[in-house]
Amino acid sequence: MSAMNSMQRTLTALGQQEPDCVPLFLLTSLHGAKELGLSIEQYFSRAEQVADGQLRLLEKYRSDCLYAFYYAAIETEAWGGTTLFLPDGPPLCGAPVITRPEHIDTLRTPSVADAEPLQRVLESIRQMKARVGDTVPIIAVAVAPFSLPVMQMGFDKYIELIYQDRPRFERLMALNIEFTVAWANAQLDAGATAICYFDPVSSTTNIPRELYLQTGQEVAKRTLPRIKGPTATHMASGRCLPILADIAATGTAVVGVSVLEDLAELKAAANKRVSLLGNLNGVEMRRWTADDAERAVKQAIAQAAAGGGFILSDNHGEIPWQVPDDVLLAIRAAADKWGRYPLDWVRDWKPPA
Amino acid sequence: MKKAAHPLATPFRHALEALDRVTAEAVFANALEQLSPLQAVEQVVVPALEAVGAAWHDGNVALSQVYMSGRFCEEIVDRVLPPSDPDRKHQPRSAIVVLSDYHLLGKRIVYSVMRASGFELFDYGRMDVDELVERVLADRIRVLLISVLILPSALKVKEACRRLKTADPALKILVGGAPFLFDPQLWQEVGADATGASAADAVAIVERWMGEMQ
Repeated sequence: MSAMNSMQRTLTALGQQEPDCVPLFLLTSLHGAKELGLSIEQYFSRAEQVADGQLRLLEKYRSDCLYAFYYAAIETEAWGGTTLFLPDGPPLCGAPVITRPEHIDTLRTPSVADAEPLQRVLESIRQMKARVGDTVPIIAVAVAPFSLPVMQMGFDKYIELIYQDRPRFERLMALNIEFTVAWANAQLDAGATAICYFDPVSSTTNIPRELYLQTGQEVAKRTLPRIKGPTATHMASGRCLPILADIAATGTAVVGVSVLEDLAELKAAANKRVSLLGNLNGVEMRRWTADDAERAVKQAIAQAAAGGGFILSDNHGEIPWQVPDDVLLAIRAAADKWGRYPLDWVRDWKPPA
Repeated sequence: MKKAAHPLATPFRHALEALDRVTAEAVFANALEQLSPLQAVEQVVVPALEAVGAAWHDGNVALSQVYMSGRFCEEIVDRVLPPSDPDRKHQPRSAIVVLSDYHLLGKRIVYSVMRASGFELFDYGRMDVDELVERVLADRIRVLLISVLILPSALKVKEACRRLKTADPALKILVGGAPFLFDPQLWQEVGADATGASAADAVAIVERWMGEMQ
C-alpha cells in the first residue's frame, strides 16, 4: 500500500478500514513551550507561538495530527474566570465563577466573538490550517457542557447540584450547551478538522450509568448534532466500558479511553460503531525506557488496531510536561515498527503475564 | 484491631450507593437501637464506606456516590459522635492537605470518610511545600495525608517528604490521588510511607499506623 498522508490515514481508520499504518496522535500541548524556549504562560499568550510550536512538534514527532488545545481553563476565562499558570504543568482554573447555586439564575452565556483568549485559539487554528491545508487533521477541543461546571463551580458543589437542584442544573446545561456549540463551531470555521469533546464527568469513574443516561448523555445528544463537524468524546483517563454503547448513541465518531480498562474489551464493545483513541499511560510515560514504550505501543496495537477504528494516543488527552522527548520519539519509533498494516504479527502476540 | 461488620452494614451500604437517605437514616437508627454510637460507627458505617471505596476502585461505583456517601455519613456520625466526644479518635494527631494543587474533591472525600469513621483531623486546605512543612512541625503532626490530582503536584510531594522526614523521622505520610493510581511506583519515588487507592484505604492505613504507634 502506498503511503498515505495523516488526513487520509486518520479518515481511513475512522471509516473502520485499515490504512497504511496505525495513526498516532501525540497530544502534546505544553511541549510547544519547551520547543520555543518559553514559559508556559508566555507560550500561550500569542497565537503565532502556539501555531509555530505545534508545527515544530509535528515535524519532530511525526504525529498524525496538530493539537489546537491551549488549556481547559481558557474556556472559563470567557465566563469571567481566571487561570493559574504553573511552570511545569497544565494551567489551572482559578476561583470558581459560580460561588453560589443562585448565581446560575442570573448567569448569561458569554459571546465567543468577545472573548479575546478564545480568539487567540482561533487565530492559531487559522495559522496551522494555512500551513498544512487538508493533509493533517487539526484537533480542537471543547469541554462538554456537562463537564464545564467542574471548572465553573468546583467538582464538589457540582455533584451536589446534579443530585439536589435539578432545575438549576438544567438551566446551567442550557447556558453551557449554547456556549459549547458556538465555541466548537467557531473552531471548525477557523479550520479545525474535528472537535475533541472533553466529557470526563460522564465517565463511570465519576457518575453511575443511570445518572449518565439522565444527564451527560442527554446533554451530549442536545449538543453534538449542532456541532458542524466530527467529534471525539474523551473521558480524560476515566472509565467508560459500561457506557461505550451509550456514548456511541450520542453520534460521536471516536471515544478517548482509559488505561484502567482493557483495550481489547473496549474494542469489542465499540463493535465498529465508534473508533477508539488511546490508551497509553501518560503518567507512567514520564519514566518509560524505550523498551517500555515499545511494549506499551505493541500491546495497544495488538489489542485494538486490527480492522482499523483505532488511533494510538495517550489516555488523558494531554501528555504531561514531564514526559521527555526520547520517550515520545520511542513511541513514534515503536508505532512505525509495529503499526504497519497488515498486522500479521498480532495473531502470535500474547498479552504480558 | 478492626471491628467485624454488623449485618446492618450491608443494607446501609446499599442505601448509600443508591443515595437513599431515608433508608440509610432508618438503617442507622436501627443500628443505634442495638449498638452504642461508637459501635454503630465502627461496625456499620466504616465497613459500608470501606465497601463503597473498594467498589469505586474496582469500577463498580462512581465518585459521585463515594462523595455523597461520605458527606452523608460525616453528617450522621457528627450527630452521634460530636467532635468533642471522648470516643472520637484524636490520636494519632493527623492532618490532611492538598499540596500545590487546586483540585480539592479528593481531599474533601477522604476528610469526610475519615471523620465518618470517627477520626478527628486538621484540614489544612491547600498549601505549598514551605507552608506545609512549617505547619506540620508546629502542630506536631504524626500522620499526614497528602492529596493531589496533577502530576507536577505529585512530584512536589518528594520535597515535602524529604524535609518533613529530616525534621521528624517518625512522621508517617500517606499520599493519594490520580497520579498515584496511574503510576503504582510513584508513592515510593516521592518518599511516602504508603498510598491509598480510595478513602477507605486511608482509614485502614491510618488505623494500622495508629495500632503501631500505641
